[in-house]
Amino acid sequence: MKAAVIVFPGSNCDRDLAVAFEAAGADVTMVWHKDSALPQGVDIVGIPGGFSFGDYLRCGAIAARSPICQAVVAHADRGGYAMGICNGFQVLTETGVLPGALLRNAGLKYICKTVGLKVETSSSAFTEGYNAGDTVNIPIAHHDGNYFADDETIARLKGEDRVAFTYTDNPNGSISDIAGILSENRRVLGMMPHPERAADFGHGGTDGAALFRALTGALAPA
Amino acid sequence: MKARIHVMLKNGVLDPQGEAVRHALGSMGFDGVQGVRQGKVIELDLDDGATEAQVGEMCEKLLANTVIESYQIEMI
Repeated sequence: MKAAVIVFPGSNCDRDLAVAFEAAGADVTMVWHKDSALPQGVDIVGIPGGFSFGDYLRCGAIAARSPICQAVVAHADRGGYAMGICNGFQVLTETGVLPGALLRNAGLKYICKTVGLKVETSSSAFTEGYNAGDTVNIPIAHHDGNYFADDETIARLKGEDRVAFTYTDNPNGSISDIAGILSENRRVLGMMPHPERAADFGHGGTDGAALFRALTGALAPA
Repeated sequence: MKARIHVMLKNGVLDPQGEAVRHALGSMGFDGVQGVRQGKVIELDLDDGATEAQVGEMCEKLLANTVIESYQIEMI
């Protein structure tokens, strides 16, 4: 599996994400935000956490208009795989690849702790390493993780089995406890929690590793 | 010429910052504040001849996220 990890000014989880992809057996290329094309033959694009462009204007807003993001949107439109974690999720909603938006946490505080997530669907390349209904422990670290979408969008996400993860104890006010969602074709995942920070024994937990293993399994050359 | 753009969270979108400000005003003894909504103002210095339609396009494409925000443009 060939993975590309996008690097914006202010990204700070890019190397962690690359390490998690590599540990699962992927070849990883780091791609700078000013590049206008993804490397040839990329199977999955990872948009990492961090504070791209200092969170100016809105979290992810300026990154979403960068040259590389046009290539990422085109990749997703072609049916390519992509995942955005934390700030990467914010970027994907700002591009319109995923619906909704991430608002300031309801309690106004930046929250950094490990939380319980319920796996809502195992039906995606990202989540097929889990069983629906499993609870996994994954860290969050965000100030703007309060998922919002209108009622119609929420109903659609639920009806189409596109909620990937929910919080077992909602930390940030997200509608319907939503922590991560899938695109219509189930090939793009956006999630606020950080599976790449729970992918090695040194992290204190490895519940996120199954996500990367499932991806490399699903996207391995036939 | 200038454009001044007011960006506000849409009605129905929770504004926890506004709510915290309302709470602070109440605890300072300012009674009667029923609600606070916090937004932002963006000023653009524009070439002469720029139109409101052009500014509207900037709002739609970058300055506001219309999933959660509404905007008003003032040409001045």
